[in-house]
Amino acid sequence: MRRNWSLYPYILWMVLFTIVPILLVLYYSLLADGGGFSLTLSHYARVFEPLYLAVIWRSILLALVSTVICLLLGYPVAMILAASPAKQQFSLIVLFVVPMWMNFLARTYAWMSLLETNGIINTVLGFFGIEPLSMLYTSGAVVLGMVYNYLPFMVFPIFTVLRKLDPSLLEAAEDLGANPLKTFMKVIFPLSLPGVLSGITMVFMPAVTTFVISQLLGGGQFTLIGNLIQQQYLRTYDWGFGSSLSIILMVIILLSMGLISRSNAYEEGGIL
Amino acid sequence: MTQENQGKTSQEMIRLVDIHKEFEGETVLQRINLSIAKNEFVTLLGPSGCGKTTTLRIIGGFEHPTSGDVMFDGQRINDIPAYQRKVNTVFQRYALFPHLNVYENIAFGLHIAKKDGKEIKAKVKAALNLVDMPGFEKRPIRSLSGGQQQRVAIARAVVNEPKVLLLDEPLAALDLKMRKEMQLELKNMQKQLGITFVFVTHDQEEALTMSDTVVVMKGGVIQQIGSPINIYNEPQNVFVADFIGESIILEGRFLEDCLVEFAGRTFPCVDKGFAPGEPVDVVIRPEDVDISADPESAMLQATVTSVVFKGVHYEMLAETAAGQEWMIHSTTMAPPGQTIGMSLKPDNIHLMKKEVQGT
Ligand SMILES: Nc1ncnc2c1ncn2[C@@H]1O[C@H](COP(=O)(O)OP(=O)(O)OP(=O)(O)O)[C@@H](O)[C@H]1O
Ligand SMILES: [Mg+2]
Repeated sequence: MRRNWSLYPYILWMVLFTIVPILLVLYYSLLADGGGFSLTLSHYARVFEPLYLAVIWRSILLALVSTVICLLLGYPVAMILAASPAKQQFSLIVLFVVPMWMNFLARTYAWMSLLETNGIINTVLGFFGIEPLSMLYTSGAVVLGMVYNYLPFMVFPIFTVLRKLDPSLLEAAEDLGANPLKTFMKVIFPLSLPGVLSGITMVFMPAVTTFVISQLLGGGQFTLIGNLIQQQYLRTYDWGFGSSLSIILMVIILLSMGLISRSNAYEEGGIL
Repeated sequence: MTQENQGKTSQEMIRLVDIHKEFEGETVLQRINLSIAKNEFVTLLGPSGCGKTTTLRIIGGFEHPTSGDVMFDGQRINDIPAYQRKVNTVFQRYALFPHLNVYENIAFGLHIAKKDGKEIKAKVKAALNLVDMPGFEKRPIRSLSGGQQQRVAIARAVVNEPKVLLLDEPLAALDLKMRKEMQLELKNMQKQLGITFVFVTHDQEEALTMSDTVVVMKGGVIQQIGSPINIYNEPQNVFVADFIGESIILEGRFLEDCLVEFAGRTFPCVDKGFAPGEPVDVVIRPEDVDISADPESAMLQATVTSVVFKGVHYEMLAETAAGQEWMIHSTTMAPPGQTIGMSLKPDNIHLMKKEVQGT
């Protein structure tokens, strides 16, 4: 093996800012309360209490629902982007990216003022004599916030794959008698799977860990695992429990990523 | 340039009527009129960029003519989408599906047509045998060589037994031996299955050996349509003569019926009907030049300047006293430096009208 010296700064970075923190979190999650250096699994045991399991389950569920909605919305958007002529493509992408330049919190607050009981939507509805709807602080609002914020992470990987798709393959499918729907199902979609899978990962990961969206749009009602961890670190100062929750969350993400990459039977290697 | 259409005798399968095609204002096809009979083997032949692929794509439905009609079995199909046309294509760049293996690629069309599973299996197997790739079913596409991919592309198209098969340089990636074999296979298949072939190549030998009809194109315009023998022996203009086989092209002057002047003397010929004194192009095939070691009794004298052995014959270049260079194909060899005699039979001298706009 040839040594690549240019890799060393990168390795150093990894060790300092990734490996060490993870080991620290792992250490705290095992450290018994009340000082000293004795280790315990009691923090992990707490994670499996029904109360917290419900939180974990809710986090996964909301993240899954958001991911599916992002996929259903994002795929057609990616297709439209990929199919538009090069000149328009750029302006469409800019249109899509500009909201992302706005601060994440500002965007989410904007949604709050839209959804509030006497917010903009309800005011407009009021003109038509419709009773105000309670939209804020519902699971729907949380999902909406996730979809809104993470949709671009679904669109871009799919767009990138679709744009590189060889148009002659679509012609070949058509030549063999496949109508547009069949062409989509048998050629376009399977070939875009790498993009779909990275889109799913890129949406699911922040969605399952978020605490801001659930705090602002879900109010107190929707504690997600992210909120729980935040509380342990910043309010109750229960670092041990917070760390074990973090480790569990990491395991959940690693497991789901492993699942996703295993379902990706067709590998990209040098084809697209 | 005549755009002669061949007889409408047998049943007509495809007809291109006055096809015109522009890409962003650039004309790539002009006045394309072509009639293709059922079970005919038609080859589009011409240099790179002359519009062969575009013509094929218009028949397949992947490109729409700017003006003109595409007729299929007597019906206008301009507005029929490609997937509804009873045509299959072997694409110039294969276009095999990278996410499917060889079997799935070949079975693609049969699956779409909802054929029965057993039938599909049998047909795919037969198709793989046809292209000499038995046992390749499970192989992923990217593990195949260029020639193997090309053969899978052929199998994927023929397995559907379409009425018309469009083949865009389907043998370009194969070595000479494989190429000859596949030429025979394709020809046999066309005869046995009764498929109409529209074949694109820029290899004139391939065109001549395989086709019933050759269509010579240049710059988006059809130069000549005819049988291989007709195209070879009676090229309609200098371009066709030069493109099909090797030619010696000389400036000449028509004197009277069956008499022409070139290379500094008069020759008896068989062409008639030019104006006396009209400048003409004289086309001679290198293999039609008879050479002898006795220069005095021959029509022309020349000195051999180079000799190349070509397998069956020698290719020699000889320079006449007037400084013209003649290419000669002969089974007898004259060494460089030797003076030889050259003679021409009247019916081997082909006279052509001078092109008005330079070719
Ligand atoms: N989509 C397109 N847009 C613009 N120009 C095109 C397009 N397709 C083809 N052309 C042009 O039309 C002309 C004919 O192209 P075509 O592919 O039909 O040539 P060809 O005879 O098949 O050549 P080759 O033997 O190299 O395959 C070329 O000048 C080409 O650049
Ligand atoms: Mg071509």
